[in-house]
Amino acid sequence: MRTFIICTLMLCSTAAVQAEDWLQFRGTFNNAIVTGPQLPDSFDNISWTAPLEGRGTSSPIVVGNRVIVTGCKGPRQDRLTVSCFNTADGSQMWHREFWATGRTICHEKMSVATPTPASDGERIFAFYSSNDVACLDLDGNLLWYRGLTFDYPNVSNSLGMSSSVIVKDGTVVCMAENDTQSMTFGLNAEDGTTRWQLERPRAANWTSPAVWPGEESLVLLQSSKGVTAVAAQTGKTVWEYLDGASTIPSLTVLNGMAYVPSNGLTAIKPGVSDSTVPEIVWQGSQLNPSTVSPVVTDTQAFVINGAGVLSCADATTGERLWQCRLSGKFSATPIISGDKLYCINEQGVAQVVQLGPEEGSVINSHDFSTTILAAPAAADGAIYFRGDNQLWKVE
Amino acid sequence: MQIRNFILLGGITFSILMLSTSEMKADVTSEIQTIQQIGHNAENYAAAQKALDSLQSSGTDALLPILYSLGDANPLAANYLRNSFEVIANKTLTDKKSLPLEDLLNFVRRTKNDSKARRLAFEWIRKVSPQEADQLVANFLNDPSDELRREAVAKILKEIDELAKDDASAEALKRSRYLQALSGASDDDQVRKIVKGLEAFEIKVDLQEHYGFLSDWYLIGPFDNKDEKGFDVAYPPENEIKLDAEYDGQLGKVTWQKYETDDDYGKLNIAEKVGPHKGAVVYAYREFVSKDEQPVEFRLATPNAWKIWLNGELVFEREEYHRGTFFDQYRIPALMKEGKNTLLIKVLQNEQDQSWAQDWQFQFRICQPTGMALRPEKE
Repeated sequence: MRTFIICTLMLCSTAAVQAEDWLQFRGTFNNAIVTGPQLPDSFDNISWTAPLEGRGTSSPIVVGNRVIVTGCKGPRQDRLTVSCFNTADGSQMWHREFWATGRTICHEKMSVATPTPASDGERIFAFYSSNDVACLDLDGNLLWYRGLTFDYPNVSNSLGMSSSVIVKDGTVVCMAENDTQSMTFGLNAEDGTTRWQLERPRAANWTSPAVWPGEESLVLLQSSKGVTAVAAQTGKTVWEYLDGASTIPSLTVLNGMAYVPSNGLTAIKPGVSDSTVPEIVWQGSQLNPSTVSPVVTDTQAFVINGAGVLSCADATTGERLWQCRLSGKFSATPIISGDKLYCINEQGVAQVVQLGPEEGSVINSHDFSTTILAAPAAADGAIYFRGDNQLWKVE
Repeated sequence: MQIRNFILLGGITFSILMLSTSEMKADVTSEIQTIQQIGHNAENYAAAQKALDSLQSSGTDALLPILYSLGDANPLAANYLRNSFEVIANKTLTDKKSLPLEDLLNFVRRTKNDSKARRLAFEWIRKVSPQEADQLVANFLNDPSDELRREAVAKILKEIDELAKDDASAEALKRSRYLQALSGASDDDQVRKIVKGLEAFEIKVDLQEHYGFLSDWYLIGPFDNKDEKGFDVAYPPENEIKLDAEYDGQLGKVTWQKYETDDDYGKLNIAEKVGPHKGAVVYAYREFVSKDEQPVEFRLATPNAWKIWLNGELVFEREEYHRGTFFDQYRIPALMKEGKNTLLIKVLQNEQDQSWAQDWQFQFRICQPTGMALRPEKE
């Protein structure tokens, strides 16, 4: 009986941790929707602040009681870092550094640590603009390391690369698309070997791959040409949308639909008569995401344009419902918890927006007084922000 | 009898210790060698992963062998070894044990050791003994490691900042300290700070000379690059270098012309010198006399597509247009031969019409492995 209770408690505990993790860019489900406890309505309660070294514009991820943050140091940003903090008190659990094996030149606004890392709950996959990939266990022990530019020397972009890494069914998907040698890689999470690699459109691309949830093990790759759905295990194309797409904000997926920054915002779903060609459900030319990726709930779709205006549209029709002016310009993708949207502008002013059917209004804001370009992370009712030199937990 | 037993037991214990130590050393050496076999495209990863697991669980005796092995490690293997070093060092400190400080200090002091390994050792010295680290920094100004030199330059700049601003007697010291710092500075942020500091003493730093920018080139062009089709077209300069030759160009006959730039950062503005042509190719040529055969790093900056040849051999190429221009944007390893070397750079402009896509230029220098400029010898 005692054993049964212990086992049950352990199972519950594991399930709870998994449900509340934030394992990659825009969360475990890659759609910026918080599935755990509701986030606070304000930013008044900052639980702790942890110092960070160097630079970093990637989002934190949360695995159990660990917050993982990547960064880069040195005058050439060629020292790549992975730091792990305790969610309870912000104390540093471990810190690791690597030497970049690829180019570390990038635009001054971003950094070599712009791609957000990912985790499968057991391992951490840190990816950088230099196209280095470090896989560590949760205690910071290196498991494997790849240098994709070391392998393919013209895989780089002089402005820097920002595509976040995702992991889907044991495949680590690294987009390294650029003007010259443009490639996307599917690496075996176990050992770092290449499961597949694709020659991709030769054009600079800063978007991130997206997870397609459901029985089919697919990832979606967005580029200037459109969207390609590939099998996570093999890299084989399953369907393709070829009407062009943005190369900065990334598509998001919800309820079997992909919302693509293309001709404004375009909602597509897998085709029925021809499974290789997706069906266009609607196109919202008034919805223009700038740098920030769109976020979609069951009923509403949200984009923030270059002037900092939040637009809300009907998620089923694309019809614009309302607009709300936010403070400042944005690079960080917002997240949604319940009926509230959490965003932070480039000057570090975080804002909570109350979302309604007919209007949205900013109900709280907090000035973190530093440049913040990274999307926040959320887990266990707390929200995490990171700037170059600080990591905050707000409860 | 008891004494005999004691001696026997002691001898056995000693033998076991010696054996286990030598076995441990053998294991560490073997694991390091296995890791060093890592290659491109995950070659030898399975064996390396096992060796890494084992190496990470080694004791502090593995730290020095790891440092020494970094000089022979490729960039991937270096990261495996670095992680092993950090895991072991962290565990040592967590267990309230000591790092082999004197060994680390000696390793850093020996400038022939690998620069990255010395930097790594230095960082751990600084963690456990900031005072010892600070004493090392004083000797780094002419160090072969650019990262360690940076420490020395930063220390001098900090000392200058701390000198009283209104103390006239400190002015001469500031001036000499700035000049001293300049002798070891190779990072542009530090150089700029020094240059600004020296302006107060009416000293103008010759940046072209300091960085070794190659300012004089023969240019020929334009050749055709409409629709970006000229990248893989081998125009005559790719087949022969005849500085008195005349060829058919994009708009008529073209010949080699000598140009020089007086830009502080060695920027040669092709659009200004040859003309603001669109969809065009220009070649730049010059010679460089090297004292010895030596490994170097070409440092190129350009917003245009380019190819570069050394002594007629293509070294690298990149077809990227207007993704910014940055100091030392490209670092390309090469091997110079003793005596005269020929350099040929193909610089391509496309037809983008945006205001920010009109630049057609390049900046070029050659650095030693230390990061300091390599200047041509006089013939």
